[in-house]
Amino acid sequence: MRDASPAKVYALHIGVILALFALNFVLPDYHQGLFARIMALAVFAMGYNLLFGYGGLLSLGHAMFFSAGLYGAGLTVYHLGWGVPEAFLAGIACGALLALVIGLLALRTSGVAFMIVTMMFAQVFYLLILYFAAWTGGDQGLVIQQASRVVSIGGASFDLTDPTVRYMSALALFSVVLLITLAIVRSRFGRVLVAIRENEERTRMLGYDTTANKLIAVVASGATCAASGAAYALLFGYVGSNFASVQYSILPLLWVLLGGAATVLGPLVGTLFMYYVTDITSGFTSAYLLIVGIALILLVLFAPKGILGTIRQRWLGWLP
Amino acid sequence: MADKNGFFDLSKTTLSRRTALKGIAAGAGLALAPGFVRYSQAQSSASIKIGFQSHRTGIGAAYGRWYEKTSAAAVKAINDAGGIGGRPVELVIEDDGTDPARGAEVVAKFAKQHKTDIVFGTLFSHVVIGSAPAAGENKIPYFVVSEGHHVASTKLNRYVFQPGITDVKSQIQSMAPWIAANAGKKVTQIFPDFAFGYDHRDYLPPALKAQGADVIAQIAIPPTESSFTKYFPQIPAETEVIYHVMVGPAVLTFVKELGEFYGSQRPQLFGFMDSLEATDINSPGLEFLDGSHFWEGSPRYAQADDSAAQKAYRAAVGIDDNGAAVGDAKDVSTASHMFGCWETLYVVKKAMEDAGYKGPEDRAKLVEATEALKEFAEGPEHPQGAKTFNGKIHQCFGIQNISKVEGGKLKVVHKTKIEDGLYEAEGDYTTQAL
Repeated sequence: MRDASPAKVYALHIGVILALFALNFVLPDYHQGLFARIMALAVFAMGYNLLFGYGGLLSLGHAMFFSAGLYGAGLTVYHLGWGVPEAFLAGIACGALLALVIGLLALRTSGVAFMIVTMMFAQVFYLLILYFAAWTGGDQGLVIQQASRVVSIGGASFDLTDPTVRYMSALALFSVVLLITLAIVRSRFGRVLVAIRENEERTRMLGYDTTANKLIAVVASGATCAASGAAYALLFGYVGSNFASVQYSILPLLWVLLGGAATVLGPLVGTLFMYYVTDITSGFTSAYLLIVGIALILLVLFAPKGILGTIRQRWLGWLP
Repeated sequence: MADKNGFFDLSKTTLSRRTALKGIAAGAGLALAPGFVRYSQAQSSASIKIGFQSHRTGIGAAYGRWYEKTSAAAVKAINDAGGIGGRPVELVIEDDGTDPARGAEVVAKFAKQHKTDIVFGTLFSHVVIGSAPAAGENKIPYFVVSEGHHVASTKLNRYVFQPGITDVKSQIQSMAPWIAANAGKKVTQIFPDFAFGYDHRDYLPPALKAQGADVIAQIAIPPTESSFTKYFPQIPAETEVIYHVMVGPAVLTFVKELGEFYGSQRPQLFGFMDSLEATDINSPGLEFLDGSHFWEGSPRYAQADDSAAQKAYRAAVGIDDNGAAVGDAKDVSTASHMFGCWETLYVVKKAMEDAGYKGPEDRAKLVEATEALKEFAEGPEHPQGAKTFNGKIHQCFGIQNISKVEGGKLKVVHKTKIEDGLYEAEGDYTTQAL
């Protein structure tokens, strides 16, 4: 990555946020809703990217962090009647705590073993959701009623089921996470993560505590994914075990690979691309997943670094 | 924002004068072609658009295909008879992948992009529950054909209805008197360890208790299980009836291993047809089921006493006397459930006509008109049988069939009454704001 002035980098990212803000006013109703969903899930991908793209740790268990946030927020609203802000924070706390525990155990391994261990923990988490069906709703899931999805701040109340409020809420979360991610990857910690990815032995030899740094990355990644899950539950009103299934561990990996691993905006681009390929092709054929698969193969063959990764490699070397 | 809906619409790219002229000429040619005029009239803005949320892919694909066939047949019959309120009906189909997240997106797509009048047709419970919030937020009536108890539980919202198929709680309650009187008083349940199984686990014991019978053991089998023999020693020796509701591809192995475990000395067997929908009952390994009994929503096999309406329905949908597709004996239907699509569409027709439905601005009226419905008479519109409808819980109640496997076919030996399946309402959707 060539160095770029911070102003240029921040201008690009703030420009993206402003563009997304403006889109709220021009997108047709359906696409406005879809973009809200994409932004919420792009946060999931950004959390994944932090660990995988920058830290070089390939996890196949991130569905558990997403669903920890989903259930942490959803169940506190459903069973305890908590308000939206408290439930959202509860979701993040659940994800962070789970990530800390999983990190302490899984980071004893690396490479393929790390991938398998995280996948196994995620499977345990998924089966626990089914086992405690009396509280979680099992495989059918639970609906968070519309009346429970209203935020009261001061005298004003915001209904998260309102399309504009939902879009702006998703955008706010996306923007905060985007800027935090940008700050992280430009920080000393971010550089250490990249160093660990490139050569962990050498990084350790230089005096860095690589285990501690990786653990921080796992917790930050888990908390970010949980924030996405919590937002998803509160914005879209459904909490279900399918979000904890292995499919939702693979999806963020695909989104990140498509958009460009270790690029700050890649997760958004990948999520957006995948969503629209699915949405448009499903209108033509029931074999749309085949088309998605072909698109992925083509991308891996001709742009193995993903969309933004390839752009950075060929034209914009300063992209973070 | 007049052209908001043109977003991503490839037909709205910039036109040059030459292209526009070519288009006008081609359009005029097409319009003059025989048959086009009629088509263009049928597809005019007057048609009622029904968004069909179909399980075309994913675990529900076998059901989805037959749900589509049945719905297409019902729409044809409705259109041939003059449509709804004189307007033709058009099905707009989107695949939900049998996935709740995609299901919610599809409901939003129907409401906001396709601008359908209603959404219809979902079967799998998790997709219904996942999609229900989107239906409520978009204020679009959502008519499901799911048989889950979720609608009647009043945990969803005022826009979700199930008027064409009974729910599993009602079905189980209806079965209990016959099981206790004819099969045995000591029942062991074997069910899959997820929500579908839990409905049976929770609702059967009290229903049997009321009939003087007991569930003496409940054996939950994990959905990932592929071999079942190790569970069978848990079946108490005094068991008189095994009540089984296993579903999925492992069901053939389940039956085969149960047969090997018991040999010819087996207790009575009672199952739900959900286990064998779209599966040939004469498949190798299922011989053990001979002489056992099943719940059926609508009979798979043609019966000697089938009504004229039932015969007409079967002919319209295209199923033969064995419940398979006409011309393809291996393509076995999902007869126990798919009739719900046919009947639901006729309920929609009735409710729309009662409401004087003109377009999406009348959706609230449509909800109220549906809630006001009380009963549906047996006949061409309701070939499975008469039903009552509880507008407070948005759920219909109807008769159930108990069939015996005899000579490789299912013969209906008992029909329950509507009253057998009635239960106390658990809430009231009509108190929710529209």
